[in-house]
Amino acid sequence: MRKAIAILLLIIVALGIRLSLRKIPFGTPKTEVGRYYIDEGIEETGAVNIVTAVVVNYRGFDTLGEVTVLFIAAIGLGAVLTTSVKGETRKTQPASLVLYTGCRLLFPLIFVFGTYVFIHGHLTPGGGFQGGAIIASGFLLIYLGCRERKISRVGSNLADSLGGLVFVIIGLFGLVLGSYFLLNFLPKGTANTLVSAGIIPIIYVAIGFKVGSELTSIIGSLIEEG
Amino acid sequence: MSFLNSHIYYIGAFGLILIGLYIILVKHNLIKVIIGLGILDTGVNLFLISVGYITKGTAPIFSRPGINSEHMVDPVPQALVLTAIVIGVAVLALALSLAIRLYQHYGTLNLRKVREQRW
Repeated sequence: MRKAIAILLLIIVALGIRLSLRKIPFGTPKTEVGRYYIDEGIEETGAVNIVTAVVVNYRGFDTLGEVTVLFIAAIGLGAVLTTSVKGETRKTQPASLVLYTGCRLLFPLIFVFGTYVFIHGHLTPGGGFQGGAIIASGFLLIYLGCRERKISRVGSNLADSLGGLVFVIIGLFGLVLGSYFLLNFLPKGTANTLVSAGIIPIIYVAIGFKVGSELTSIIGSLIEEG
Repeated sequence: MSFLNSHIYYIGAFGLILIGLYIILVKHNLIKVIIGLGILDTGVNLFLISVGYITKGTAPIFSRPGINSEHMVDPVPQALVLTAIVIGVAVLALALSLAIRLYQHYGTLNLRKVREQRW
């Protein structure tokens, strides 16, 4: 009965979608603003990667909100999972030698790669969100391979708060020095070099730290408390 | 046939969305419902990306000077999806943590057996 109702509902939804899809052609430019960002993005922001220019500069306030959503999710997860009983440690089987050595060997490389991805966010595909996710995957490897090692909660909270603070403070600098929040007040430099695009690399490094530490703390609470 | 050829990404994306919705509506196991949520999330992201696609499109990155910008895809949906993926991961993790607590409290993941969750 329930399945029949669900299938009926899905058929109705699919028919509605099919009607509206006929009005959306595939493979043609649709938004004026996308064209504008591509044509004027380098001149206005200094970032070669237009997606980064949109995420950090044109819609920087939006990104601040999204980082906040991630922050609230991490806090909620910690609040749901943290048990009141302290000091009990679960017995864990030590990982095999191959996994142990492999994760110790790979972790620095993954960390360096994640850092590279978010430092070069305005030049190459990548940025703070991707680099943070890569760094968190390195910490997941540590949790899998070196099970008795615990990752310092204080350090991850510090990186998290510092990233958020840098983002907001740079935004407020824009408000003080110019006219609006997240104004790109630094010199833009020459495009396609590492030190260019004003505040974009700084904010993306802050986002990288924030996302990396938040995802790490999510993984940590799921493994340690769950 | 031409409709199929020109809309294959839309069909795939909405296929994923409908599969996810079906799982959420029908399944009783909470873990499976969360998996359905993840599939739905992926479908929405794929749909947004394919809306921004332009035929023979390239990435909107001027990796060397003088690159032709005519066929660059729309950067706005990419910027939206970029953050949506990370937030999807966080939402999945939050849902899983609630599932863990539910299991510890009721001793089951079957939503049929949890009194407050039955519909």
